[in-house]
Amino acid sequence: MLPDSPFGQVISLSHKHLVQDVPRPGDAAAPGAAVLRDVLAGGPFDAAAAGFVLAALPDSAAPVLWVSDRMSRRENGRLYGPALAQFGLKGPILRVEVSHPRDVLWAMEEGAGCAGLAAVVGEIHGAPEVLSFTATKRLALRAETAQLPVWLIRSADHGALSAARERWRLSSLPSQMHPDNPQAPGLPQWEAELFRARGRAPGVWSAGYDCSARTVADRLRLVSRSGDGPLAEDHRAAADVAG
Amino acid sequence: MDRWRRITAQQRTLPDETVPVVLAQAGRHGPVVYAVSVAAQARGISEGARIVDVQAIHPDLHVEQADAPGDRKLLDRVAHWARRWCPWTVRDGADGIVMDVTGADHLFGGETAMLRDIGTRFQMQGLTARLAMAPTRGAAQMLARFGAGRVICDVEDLEMCLAPLPVAALRIGADTDRLLQRLGLKTLGALMQVPRVALMRRFDRLAEEINPLVLLDRALGRTADPLNAPADARHWLARVRLPEPVIDPLPHLEALAQDLCVQLAEAEQGARQLRLTIYRVDGEWRSRDVATASASRDPAHLLRLLAGKLDGIDPGFGFDLLTLEALRVEPLALQQDHLEGRRDAQRDVAALLDRLTARLGPDKITWSAWVQSHLPERVEHALPALGHVAGQAPVLDRARPLRLLDPPEEIAVLYAVPEGPPARFRWRRVAYLTRRHEGPERIAPEWWRDRPGTRLRDYYKVEVGDGRRFWIYREGILGDGRGGDPRWFMQGIFA
Repeated sequence: MLPDSPFGQVISLSHKHLVQDVPRPGDAAAPGAAVLRDVLAGGPFDAAAAGFVLAALPDSAAPVLWVSDRMSRRENGRLYGPALAQFGLKGPILRVEVSHPRDVLWAMEEGAGCAGLAAVVGEIHGAPEVLSFTATKRLALRAETAQLPVWLIRSADHGALSAARERWRLSSLPSQMHPDNPQAPGLPQWEAELFRARGRAPGVWSAGYDCSARTVADRLRLVSRSGDGPLAEDHRAAADVAG
Repeated sequence: MDRWRRITAQQRTLPDETVPVVLAQAGRHGPVVYAVSVAAQARGISEGARIVDVQAIHPDLHVEQADAPGDRKLLDRVAHWARRWCPWTVRDGADGIVMDVTGADHLFGGETAMLRDIGTRFQMQGLTARLAMAPTRGAAQMLARFGAGRVICDVEDLEMCLAPLPVAALRIGADTDRLLQRLGLKTLGALMQVPRVALMRRFDRLAEEINPLVLLDRALGRTADPLNAPADARHWLARVRLPEPVIDPLPHLEALAQDLCVQLAEAEQGARQLRLTIYRVDGEWRSRDVATASASRDPAHLLRLLAGKLDGIDPGFGFDLLTLEALRVEPLALQQDHLEGRRDAQRDVAALLDRLTARLGPDKITWSAWVQSHLPERVEHALPALGHVAGQAPVLDRARPLRLLDPPEEIAVLYAVPEGPPARFRWRRVAYLTRRHEGPERIAPEWWRDRPGTRLRDYYKVEVGDGRRFWIYREGILGDGRGGDPRWFMQGIFA
């Protein structure tokens, strides 16, 4: 039973449609968790990408390295500390605020070799020349050697070449029903599209984030969007369990 | 007093020479005089008097706060500086320096010339010094404080020089001083003539530091009074001398770093701040500084920090001397590595901070610090990560946007409803239609910090057609008497 509609109706999904096997993208326990992932913003001025990355960060008290270039800070605003607690972030954020994307990539590479961090997140606006396939390949190899999840948030980029092991595209959806006030926006909802991945099937999900959930794993919830094609093919394991 | 004059002269105008100035220090019954200016001394103001008494007598008195620990620090530094004349110097009390110049005076052309040199150089530093030279340490300090100024006293006439001085010169404490005055022993000469046995009987219970007999014996050289000078601060330095001038410092850095780290390891120290200096053949020198987040003596790490700094260094026609010095060191004990080969997380983060700071600059790598404030843009501010620790984030019960625009951007309202946020607004040349909203959350200006006339803010969380959620606010309300129509601003974006 999920309150899954902006109109307040409760839609009950059968067990078959409730996709259980979608792994949390940042789950540290999952094999191959420590890879480079791209998150593309679906539209301009959309904080869904940053929210999704924060929701998927591993549950750790170690600091998170957050590198951003000047353009992304000017376009999308800078990360606001008091809101981070709502995303269940325990460790402090080590901010690196540089002006050029070249320095962002350098700082991310340095951070990816450091075992004391929980994760490395970089933000780059647009598609600068330094963010080439080679640069992302270097980052991806670093992340896999150091066993550290590395996220790259690319706003205003329409899918340039990248060697990231998973590529997501995030955009906002109308939020969920507010429990008390029908006029007010409720819990956030995003459309998460995994359009390129190694070792798993791509798909489109509607992602919800609920910080009041009891366990960390329940907080970020990916639900298949209806009308998305045959679910049984995408998620064979779930179909098997369902019989 | 000299130090106060120099510091004050840099910041504001000094009071006139004729105005008596005293520095005050907290005493047992209110503030007392700590130091006096020349004009105040001429009026008969003495140290240790109560400020209220002095102010009653001299209504035009100018009182300033004294800084005794700062004076002591300065004196320690001056004592080290005075090692330019002789190797053994030590601070004496709160206002003196004792120098053991035995065997050093011929370097400056004799005792008189040396004393003149010392006086001149102290004057050049802006410090008033009273100088005296005597065969013993006790005699020298008495002559400097109570003598006629610039006295040079030989072994033969030591007793003659000391005889006219008051007994207080021995620094025997107020009680003993009063007792000796009552006994009629007002000068050292009188004290020397009294039979020793009689004095011994009276003063045998007194501690050594205030016992007049012991002090007199030391001053006259009858008992030994050695000088215990503190050791010079150790200079951590590694250098490479080259037979031929070269352009590229990189190949020599490794040897330098290893040499320095061996020195540091012997003393169990780690470097916090390093300076690499090249001395060019044309007589110029260039230097680069790097700092570390935690003490380190790992040559590979120091090498990586320095290698990133060499880009802008100008070697000119080449250099033939290269030094690497540790400007600041901290104790660093040996650390045990993890047995299973795991890496130490904290040391890793500290090393990362060093590398990032060395390349990007200290103000770019920051932790967040928090202040109590109602205004959202004031809550968080950045602290350089090198030298600070991450603060604990405050817990807010209100929804706050994930991204904050700083400064807020003005939006054009196209269509507004009487209550609530604008139904249509334009931001960054795009028109938005408000679907749902939450608010207002009213944040009043902080009257203790803001300018008068600052308007209050009504915050709304609005959701536009495609699901993006923004944080907008209206500055002021209509008819609040603080300007014209209220304006709307966009301040944040919710996830």
